[in-house]
Amino acid sequence: MASPASSKPGEIPGWIYNVILPILNLLAALVVSGILILLIGENPINALWVLIQGAFGYADNIGYTLYYATSLIFVGLGFAVAAHGGKFNIGGEGQGYIGGLGIGLACLYMGSTPWPIVMLVAIVGGAVCGGVWGLVPGYLAAKRGAHTVITTIMFNFIASALMTYLLVDVLIRPGQQNPESETFAVTSQLPQVRDILLNFGINIPPNPLNVSFVIALLCCVAVYYYIWRTRWGYELRAVGQNEKAAVYAGISPTMITIISMTISGALCGLMGLNVLMGDQHRIVLNFTAGLGFVGIAVALMGRNHPFGILLASLLFGALYQGGSQLSFDIPVLNRDLVVVIQGLVILFTGALENQFKPYLEWTYRRLTRQSVPQSTKEA
Amino acid sequence: MTSAPNKPASKAAALPALELRKVNKWFGTNHANRDIDLAVQPGTIHGIIGENGAGKSTIMSIVYGFYSADSGEVLVNGTPVTITSPKDALAAGIGMVHQHFKLVDNFTVLENVILGVEGGMKLAAGMARARAELERLEREYGLEVSPDSVVEDLPVGIQQRVEILKALYRGADTLILDEPTGVLTPQEVDELFRILRQLREQGKTIIIITHKLGEVMALTDRVSVMRRGEMVAHRQTAETSKEELAELMVGRKVLLRVAKGPANPGATVLKIDGLNVIDGQGVRRVKDVSLDVRAGEIVGIAGVSGNGQSELLQALSGIMKPASGQILYKGEDIAGDPAKLNARALRKAGVGHVPEDRQREGLVMSFLAAESAILGYHDLPAYNRGILMDRDAIIAETQRYIEKYDVRPTSPTYKSSNFSGGNQQKLVLAREIENDPDLLLIGQPTRGVDIGAIEFIHSRLIEMRDAGKAILVVSTELDEVMSLSDRIVVMFDGHVVGELPASEADERILGLMMAGIDPKKNQAA
Amino acid sequence: MDNLNDIVTILASTVRLGTPLILCAIAGLFSERSGVVDMGLEGKMLGGAFLAASVAYLTGSPWLGLLAAIGFSIAISMLHGYACVTLNGDQVVTGVAINIMIAGFGPTFAFSWFNLGGRTPNLSGGQRFKDITLPLADTLKDVPVIGTIYDGLISGHNILVYVAFAVVPLSWWVLYKTRFGLRLRAVGENPSAVDVAGISVRGMRYQALVINGVLCGIAGAYLSTAHGAGFIRDMSAGKGYLALAALIFGKWKPGPTLAACLLFAFADAVQVRIQGVPLPFIGMVPSSFVQMIPYVLTVLVLAGFVGKSVGPKAAGIPYVKER
Repeated sequence: MASPASSKPGEIPGWIYNVILPILNLLAALVVSGILILLIGENPINALWVLIQGAFGYADNIGYTLYYATSLIFVGLGFAVAAHGGKFNIGGEGQGYIGGLGIGLACLYMGSTPWPIVMLVAIVGGAVCGGVWGLVPGYLAAKRGAHTVITTIMFNFIASALMTYLLVDVLIRPGQQNPESETFAVTSQLPQVRDILLNFGINIPPNPLNVSFVIALLCCVAVYYYIWRTRWGYELRAVGQNEKAAVYAGISPTMITIISMTISGALCGLMGLNVLMGDQHRIVLNFTAGLGFVGIAVALMGRNHPFGILLASLLFGALYQGGSQLSFDIPVLNRDLVVVIQGLVILFTGALENQFKPYLEWTYRRLTRQSVPQSTKEA
Repeated sequence: MTSAPNKPASKAAALPALELRKVNKWFGTNHANRDIDLAVQPGTIHGIIGENGAGKSTIMSIVYGFYSADSGEVLVNGTPVTITSPKDALAAGIGMVHQHFKLVDNFTVLENVILGVEGGMKLAAGMARARAELERLEREYGLEVSPDSVVEDLPVGIQQRVEILKALYRGADTLILDEPTGVLTPQEVDELFRILRQLREQGKTIIIITHKLGEVMALTDRVSVMRRGEMVAHRQTAETSKEELAELMVGRKVLLRVAKGPANPGATVLKIDGLNVIDGQGVRRVKDVSLDVRAGEIVGIAGVSGNGQSELLQALSGIMKPASGQILYKGEDIAGDPAKLNARALRKAGVGHVPEDRQREGLVMSFLAAESAILGYHDLPAYNRGILMDRDAIIAETQRYIEKYDVRPTSPTYKSSNFSGGNQQKLVLAREIENDPDLLLIGQPTRGVDIGAIEFIHSRLIEMRDAGKAILVVSTELDEVMSLSDRIVVMFDGHVVGELPASEADERILGLMMAGIDPKKNQAA
Repeated sequence: MDNLNDIVTILASTVRLGTPLILCAIAGLFSERSGVVDMGLEGKMLGGAFLAASVAYLTGSPWLGLLAAIGFSIAISMLHGYACVTLNGDQVVTGVAINIMIAGFGPTFAFSWFNLGGRTPNLSGGQRFKDITLPLADTLKDVPVIGTIYDGLISGHNILVYVAFAVVPLSWWVLYKTRFGLRLRAVGENPSAVDVAGISVRGMRYQALVINGVLCGIAGAYLSTAHGAGFIRDMSAGKGYLALAALIFGKWKPGPTLAACLLFAFADAVQVRIQGVPLPFIGMVPSSFVQMIPYVLTVLVLAGFVGKSVGPKAAGIPYVKER
């Protein structure tokens, strides 16, 4: 059911909550970030300008922005699927990491096969590995009542330790000190957009944007249809919104939880498509670099809707890329500041999301000249 | 619920223990309490009755400082008081026993009693004092309770006693009880009433909020009636009758019987034999229940809520697993076959189910009305095209329900939560009836529904019956069971006490049976 | 004798590694017992570590550093309270936001204040908390067994270690023997019971969060001015999450939580110790697998395979009066 809820007269329309409120929260986060920049002794307006230029100013900057956005789309979608089923999956980091193992192994062992075939196998590999990393917490939640928030965090750490072991002791390139795998064969690397454009005679500076961006967009479409247009998505949302009603309707919350956590993990697991197969071309330590957590912010900002997630991913991608440019131009505003800004965005759009709600509702009522209920007058 | 002679309560000279003057309360646009006036005489038991949603609990929550009134005055023993928190209420000598107990489950009785009145930074001294005081209260009011038991291990009746002790320990002179009998067994109700009468003897003032007429008649000295947020009448209990109170509660003559012809029972659709259901806590809720429902008849299950009816309904609709016994649907035993006895398969096999608690089970509040209107039937081919759902078909079907059942507002794309309780119920009924079941299980068909809708719902059900469908109704409203059913089965403590044709049933017989006494077997009672 | 020395060394290292876990886990215990889930222990501790190191460096006093750390952690806890208690925001999201924010905060200001990448200047001498030699430790040193244990394990830690170990019985006493503790335990189980008893639910939760901030601040100061010598980027290294795991493992009770912290710290100490050393019977065990132990154990406990851990009933749920 994709049709948006029509609003009853006297009710606040949905776009107030889904569009205006997130923008307001985002602005608040930016204002606080500006204050921090002032504290450091720089000009926030100037910094913002550098950041925007750094994110969108040149073709290669846009490429980087979209590259970061690609990873975030995968994790954001993953978080959203679990969230619609009423589960909190903060294991995107670990699921992405383990998913990367599946992708990496596919690339390593299918050396001379053409990339589209490798990609298909890698998608399966990444989805299966990430999926398993979501399935286990999902199973434990559904069958044993273990809260996913804690188990998925634990699985992040377990993934990290496991991957350290594999990269240090098993997959490491012989004769190498760095814990990283062999480089993938050229045939099993995803084409980068830059190379594709070169075929058309367009030459842009190097950047890691690759075809996995298209896969991410396809995932957005697929997730949208899954959640709002299929009966499986209907069941997922029923369980997430009202488990008792779902049981009444003959839907098994146990199955839905297991399935949704698996799909969630599988989506997160595709992150490596972008980072490993599209850019690094080998399995490296900690390639997820906190993106799994930022994916939570992306999903929250995007209201767990694929289109919102796409927009939020672009925003956070821009923040990453613009942030690098910022630290290049104004060294004191380094990448760590970008991390703080990300945290602030999560804080304002997620944790403090209700902060402006009453004022916004009040303003809306005033502007549309609706009678204010008596209680608010007297209370 | 044996009736006791009422103590004459007219102590005209005494100042009211509690008095309300023109109290108003709004929740958003909902005027929950409108100009409430009330005077409760000291040393009496005062009943406040009204239907669900009449504003009884709200007004008492205001007295207890749980909500603050938007306007109006509260006086205790003639002195105006400002009560903005439960603390103020306690200071004014008002204690409250909430419908849902406010106890910390993993605390001992003693810890619960002293919470908030510990009497010092360190616990030890306060605990010792409380222990002694509890012993005194126990002696004085016959409120036996072991102070070191953990609350979650105690039966509900005893937990309620802890709530009463809490209030007395805090020095309450006026005790408010909100729907105190809803969760109690009849024996526990008797015990509660004994305690309340004893408290009255000791000079305490008791206010009891209920929607059960029988209790008001049995227990109170005076009664005040609320309807739609207003106080509509005050009566001496001795000078009123159930009929008058019922009329006052609903605002007009109660339609006791729906016009209906005699039933034409056909083949047996549902036959239950020796069914047992055990809940998540390991308690046997349904005990050796046997009954049958035939095509073209309505069988009503009467009983005080909490006597196994809910669990029976849940088992029959495939939500709870039966522990033993047979469930024969159209002649086939499905009790032991999870592939057949589950909510999904049963719907496919023609069993409709209107759940007792539609807000929590029957609908998803955040779903569109159209989405809620296909809940449970969402995988029917009619609503799906390939892997996608057929939005247009779903909306069209919902539109049809809305028109046929006069649901308001009329838009299928409003959220389910935008509909009032009665309209939500109509939506659920429409869904379950229009999918044309052979057997309809229906719990509390008209709970929280306004009078007009009740008549509509009842006549729809009778139409269905006349079309040859089998209907099993569970309701705690005696009137409803009597007016709808062709046969009545009474449950008590998980058992079937007895069964009788509706024509032979009256309130007295049903009342006895609901207390676990079968008049046919036990003439002495 | 050599074996005993080895064991004492590992145990002493367990105590040192366990200290921040204990402080954080007890911090989490207060907040979660009041009904506020704290995923932000990591961030609060890390923020404390940065402030402690910076102030200790600038003033030369670790005590002022400690105070600054506590102040900062309390401030973050109050932000946590504003989001979760006042605005009824999502407690998990708030914790995640705090962690990410603080992860960038320290390095940003380290660079701005000291012009160093992701760390504060090294602390030396009086800028750090020194190890304390308990009375008679030197005298008893040579007494077999008892002397070794006294000197090697019990004596010779800095003051914050002793504070951490004192915090555990103290919190037990507060929790079970005082009015505050009774109300705290009640508010995390059934806040409406507390509300009708005339006690402010929000007030209780804010008080718990203040204690939570104090303990996280001490934990942070320990990391950068006692155990370490200065602040380094990400120096909390997941200890906040590990403390949370220990809290669950310890079933939200002070004694068992202490035991869980020490168990996890022991695993950590052993892990460092066995790197590259073959074990009898088992052979080489990659240290990664030893590192996993606490996390795997926590998952098993949560899933009820090893005992069953059920948290405070109201934890994670904002308190809204029902209508």
